[in-house]
Amino acid sequence: MFTYTLRRLLFAIPTLLVISFVIFALLDLAPSDPTGDLPLTIPPEVREQIRASLGLDQPFLIRYLKWLQQFFINEPLNIFESLTGWQIGDGDRMRVLSWATRSPVVDLIVQRLPQTLWVVGLAYLFGVMIAIPIGVISAYKQYSIFDQIGTFLAMVGYSVPTFFTGVLLIVIFSSYLQWFPSVYDTNLRVTDFQSFVLQVKQMALPVTVLALFNASQITRFVRASMLDNLHQDYVRTARAKGVKEKSVLLIHVLRNSLIPVVTVIALGVPTIFSGAIITEQIFRVNGLGQLLITAVQGADIPLVQTLTFIFAVLIVLFNLIADVLYGILDPRIRYD
Amino acid sequence: MKNLKLLLAGTVAALAATGTAAYAERGTDGDLKILFWQAVSTLNPYLSGGTKEVYSSSMVIEPLARYDEKGELVPMLVTEIPTIENGGVAKDLLSMTWKLKPGVKWSDGTPFTADDVIFTWKYCVAPDGGCAQKAQYEGVTSVEAPDPMTVKITFSEPKPYPYSAFVGAQSPVIQKKQFENCVGAKAPGCTSANFGPIGTGPFTVKEFKPNDVITFEANKNYRDPAKPAFATATLKGGGDAASAARAVLETGEFDYAWNMQVEPEVLATMLKAGKGQLVTSFGTQVERINLNWYNPDPKLGDKRSTKEAGPHPALSDPAVRRALSLAIDRSIIDEAGYGEAGKPTCNIVPAPEAYASTKNDSWCLKQDVDAANKLLDDAGWKKGGDGIRAKNGARLSFLYQTSTNSVRQATQELVKDMWSQIGVDAELRNVSASVFFGGDPASPDTFQKFYADVEMYTNNFDGTDPEKYLAEWLCDKVPNPENGWQGQNIPRYCNPAFDKLVGELSKTADISKREELAKQLNDMLTEEGAHIPLIHRGSVSSHSVKLDGVRMNAWDSELWNVADWSRKK
Repeated sequence: MFTYTLRRLLFAIPTLLVISFVIFALLDLAPSDPTGDLPLTIPPEVREQIRASLGLDQPFLIRYLKWLQQFFINEPLNIFESLTGWQIGDGDRMRVLSWATRSPVVDLIVQRLPQTLWVVGLAYLFGVMIAIPIGVISAYKQYSIFDQIGTFLAMVGYSVPTFFTGVLLIVIFSSYLQWFPSVYDTNLRVTDFQSFVLQVKQMALPVTVLALFNASQITRFVRASMLDNLHQDYVRTARAKGVKEKSVLLIHVLRNSLIPVVTVIALGVPTIFSGAIITEQIFRVNGLGQLLITAVQGADIPLVQTLTFIFAVLIVLFNLIADVLYGILDPRIRYD
Repeated sequence: MKNLKLLLAGTVAALAATGTAAYAERGTDGDLKILFWQAVSTLNPYLSGGTKEVYSSSMVIEPLARYDEKGELVPMLVTEIPTIENGGVAKDLLSMTWKLKPGVKWSDGTPFTADDVIFTWKYCVAPDGGCAQKAQYEGVTSVEAPDPMTVKITFSEPKPYPYSAFVGAQSPVIQKKQFENCVGAKAPGCTSANFGPIGTGPFTVKEFKPNDVITFEANKNYRDPAKPAFATATLKGGGDAASAARAVLETGEFDYAWNMQVEPEVLATMLKAGKGQLVTSFGTQVERINLNWYNPDPKLGDKRSTKEAGPHPALSDPAVRRALSLAIDRSIIDEAGYGEAGKPTCNIVPAPEAYASTKNDSWCLKQDVDAANKLLDDAGWKKGGDGIRAKNGARLSFLYQTSTNSVRQATQELVKDMWSQIGVDAELRNVSASVFFGGDPASPDTFQKFYADVEMYTNNFDGTDPEKYLAEWLCDKVPNPENGWQGQNIPRYCNPAFDKLVGELSKTADISKREELAKQLNDMLTEEGAHIPLIHRGSVSSHSVKLDGVRMNAWDSELWNVADWSRKK
């Protein structure tokens, strides 16, 4: 298993390099421009100078190599320095700078992580926690009323877009009932019970929207996987031995059914980091998703490049984790 | 005895202070909550140039003089506005002198001097800095300080309208001490200065989260001890215009929201909640349809829309240009897409009032389909079997492009329908704004390349003087491959008489003559059909009914008088 992981990790390096090049080339080919959002009162000569000051006048390959150096050498060195307090060289390194804010991209990402992890991460967790029991009961009582309602809700949650459910919840709970705020306050710090209540209140709507969406996806997997296992021979054997129905279901069937579900959940983790672009935008959570979308709209290429690349790294990494987990959970699967 | 005198003097001062504090006192009204649905990226307007950055930074850093809501100059950091009459502007129009207000302090307590003003100029014109507001300092050859409280600006050639450098929200004064090591290529690296400029304005930056939220605190060293009324201010960013309107008008979570680009009927429903109101101010923005004077036929390849392509087969006919304008009912477009935020116009210079012509309003503001049809009939454009007019093989079928935006697409539909009544067909197309306005010379979809017959967008000019703006229609400003498609004469209009008149305007200092010339130039453009002006667009924002003191301003930053805002009790 260890050599397998090592082999996969080494193979990931060329893969990621190719991905980074493809992202860079795609962004370069895209016809958007960082000065496109500026008022038309700013004359063309000045726009040209702005572009030059962003380094856009340099050839494609030079810009790509510069980014590689900044991202793979300068940024890690910087993180290392700030963690240890040691200084390597003169410390005056060019970092990956966002074009819109002119500040280091990594700092922006670090600033955005908390709210994305809180809101999107929690929604994922809740989604999983809701999905598993519903999936289990739905499968066990297939075609019952509970199953029908569960299936219906899953379909609704899956097919109704979050920009609809989000606005609907705002209109009902913020505008009409005035229970929850419609704007997320990223400055709120939880210091006492009162601020904790405020935090829960402002997270309630976005988390609900996203949890519904996540749960409806995962619950279908759980149900399908449970159904596969319920008809297996070992279940009949267990029942014939006189094992209690509860143990059959929760110990024998559920554990086996969770093997594919765990991989699906692991593969979905990178989407937490990439944020929920639309939901973050609607509730102004201003996490990573909102960061990415404003960067795309403003043609802030270093920021888009770095963010998408980090997502690529996470996806490659969690693919590996899913494979390894599969091997650990299922003794039938051995990679070596 | 000496002590007693001091004490008395102190009491008098205190009385004077409480005198103003009778209706306002600094920091008594809590937190001011402002919502910008486009989040602010930096607080240094010299490095961004975006409207959101210019407006938000105006709470912190100030220019020497600002425009008020009527478009008139008001002194901020100076004692008066220099003019030829008061000797502030030299008779030869080659220099001007600003007298700084005594006793003004930066928020860190250090005195504000002419050195800071000089430094600001040097900061923006430094090579490799990519300063977005460089155009504000165009024609300035030197900025000097004869004494610490005087700033003398010298121009390379006579400037009949000298108010550009250090005037308006686009060119505020920054502190020399803070930005000294951030000049030129080093500018972007100074993140903490760019995110927290030290200013002379009513607020200081407490915390800045780029593209998210800014927290301000009242400036303890602000020159008016009674202001601002708010102790803190929060400027949240992100989301969309409709939900921003909801947060002020319906849920009341915010005091002020910028730029309500929302369909009029949606706003009307929200206003029923009674928690907020809309404020509008009309500046110089005009939504127009540019007509391409050159041939954009794709068959011409790289030559299209350039002089080599030759004149447009249909739009080079003045009758067609006039008929296209006559066929449009501007009031319907206004009602459907703009509501309070617009009014029909036939001018490209719609304001200030003294510069706004009324000459063409009689024929142009009213839709006249019959007259348009007759014009085309007389010019020999005959309707074919499909109802589309044609002459000598040229069909009146136009590719009509604009940026992606729901109001613009609705307007396109309306105009297409109106044009169909005079036998003109339009093929509609929309391009993402960042591409359309991006100016990438490699992209065929930019508004400068104009690979279409007609295109629609909004443009305006900074400040109140239209001279530079009207010079955009000069013959040598036509975008073409040689100048990298840079140039603001998008319709490719070229008229030597117009060029001559612009030259005259740039030499005229007398205000009433300037107004007259500007009107003539504006009328020429409308009459000859360089474009079809549609809507004079206003800026619309919303604020809570509990917020007092908002004076909506389209000539400067909307937040220009935030120091005077207070909460109704």
